[in-house]
Amino acid sequence: MSDETSVNNGVNVAALLEAREALTEMPEAAQFKWRASCNWENGTHSSSTVESFFGLGEEQKHVREYSFDADHPEIFASEDKGATPVELVLVGLASCLTAGIAAVAQNREIQLKSVTATLEAPMDIQGILGIDSDVRNGFEGVSVNYKIDADASKEDIEALVAQSQKRSAVFDIVTNPTNVTVEVNSTG
Amino acid sequence: MTGRSNGQASGTVDTIVIGAGHAGLAVSHCLAERSIEHVVLERGEVANSWRHERWDSLTLLTPNWQSRLPGYAYSGDDPDSFMTMPDVIQFIDDYAGLNDSPVHTQTTVESVRHESDAYTVATNQGDWHSRSVVVASGACNLPSVPGVREKLPDTIDTITPHDYRNPGQLRNGKVLVVGASATGLQLADEIHRSGRSVTIAVGEHVRMPRTYRGRDIQWWMHSAGVLDEGIEDVDDINRARNLPSPQLVGSHDKQILDLNAMTDAGMKLFGRLMGFRDGIAQFSGSLKNVCALADLKMGRLLDTIDEWAAASPDAANFEPPERFERTRVDAAPCLELDMGEEGFETVLFATGFRPDYTWLEIPVLDRKGKIQHDEGVAGVPGLYVIGLPFLRRRKSSFIHGTEDDARYITQHLESFLSIPT
Repeated sequence: MSDETSVNNGVNVAALLEAREALTEMPEAAQFKWRASCNWENGTHSSSTVESFFGLGEEQKHVREYSFDADHPEIFASEDKGATPVELVLVGLASCLTAGIAAVAQNREIQLKSVTATLEAPMDIQGILGIDSDVRNGFEGVSVNYKIDADASKEDIEALVAQSQKRSAVFDIVTNPTNVTVEVNSTG
Repeated sequence: MTGRSNGQASGTVDTIVIGAGHAGLAVSHCLAERSIEHVVLERGEVANSWRHERWDSLTLLTPNWQSRLPGYAYSGDDPDSFMTMPDVIQFIDDYAGLNDSPVHTQTTVESVRHESDAYTVATNQGDWHSRSVVVASGACNLPSVPGVREKLPDTIDTITPHDYRNPGQLRNGKVLVVGASATGLQLADEIHRSGRSVTIAVGEHVRMPRTYRGRDIQWWMHSAGVLDEGIEDVDDINRARNLPSPQLVGSHDKQILDLNAMTDAGMKLFGRLMGFRDGIAQFSGSLKNVCALADLKMGRLLDTIDEWAAASPDAANFEPPERFERTRVDAAPCLELDMGEEGFETVLFATGFRPDYTWLEIPVLDRKGKIQHDEGVAGVPGLYVIGLPFLRRRKSSFIHGTEDDARYITQHLESFLSIPT
């Protein structure tokens, strides 16, 4: 077993706990807004960027702009210039859960050696193609398989993963309904 | 000297206790021991919530041997059974009588104000004044119901455990029980036994076996010191105070009330009820994880018990450790339900309770409407609270936990009163 001082998963838990305490006192500072913008390139190819967000009462920025290409594979008669949007959803879920595992492990003084997730999500594309209105567009489900090597018991590692799901934003977004409002400003 | 008030409907005393349930009467007992003059103001009768705001079949989650209050304990011949509501009412009534507590019944507190080091408690019978006030008005005055209730159509009846008495009140159609605490599962079980089809929407919950290694789980938690754990022993006291009640029922047959038992009986498990849109109820896809969290947490409790048992001088006399089957969850639990089409007629919201402090005109409430306190001592001098979950220790949530809490706050209160004004 690792002792307290040697556990290092690269997560500054003290800062996170401090922020949690501060935001308990100041719930208005906890109000964040996340943003992305997307530009159509050609065909099913689009490129999206993220840079600014709002939090702690003011405008914030990533250290730099990040961009993501999305497209569809060639079997959809596309040019495959990026991941499919549904794969990006899986990426979001996996990276959110994995970040949570690292943070919870640090807080519980568990040294992680390796954490690997593989995700698979079945989908009946008769939904998106409009062939059968009884088939939903989205995933039929999502399965996430974690392989974790850490200085902890099997139960403690399971508890890490369970706690990470409990505190995950993307897990919540994927498992629970969310109102989505789409507005259009057109120039004809 | 018990500080009796001779039936006055107003006056000045050292301390005003609000509520004549087990907690208020325990405080009254401890105040009388210290000869602190006080009155106990009660909106209805002694043990009013137990009398009028609980369902018919409710029994305590703690066995009779745990039913005790300062200077008083269960003395019957069935220490391992569980009190019914008439038993609890009798127990508390007897306690009030034994102590000759200065209870003013049918006295509803309308406001509590604090000015110039003095409290004014206005009631429908007259005003009382004091230097200190103990709020013992209960943790379960009002049902906590999620906003989704407002979205349900008129064709579906909704009910909370506050108004529920027995299955006979319900229509014969299918019932959705929202919540998997002791309350949710007890009522789901009873409604299912009445012949109605029951589905349970399961959010976070606390799983616990009634008996473990041949003994009641409360005996183990008591013996292993789990019930004595204090604020310093838990990571997050807010979370500990807001946990759902453990999935227990106090029945003669020591029934284990868990989700697997519900499934075996033929009930269906869905995820947490999240929304209601266009006639369709929507459930969370997190069912498997909330069950995993509860299974793992129960495992940790049983580990703690086993460690204690192994180190106990009686180790050889205990039955061997057991582990329980993990909660069985469908591979793909239902996420959406057309309630009307599927024949649902009732939704029972067993989603918890909250205290009612609308009369408390002192700025001690947090933004969630709970009294901010440090082990029962509120932020305003002379104001105390008792009878809340995990007030000071895990056992504070149970009747027997009240004794330590009542002694602690009355000692603090006596020191406070000894300070000259």
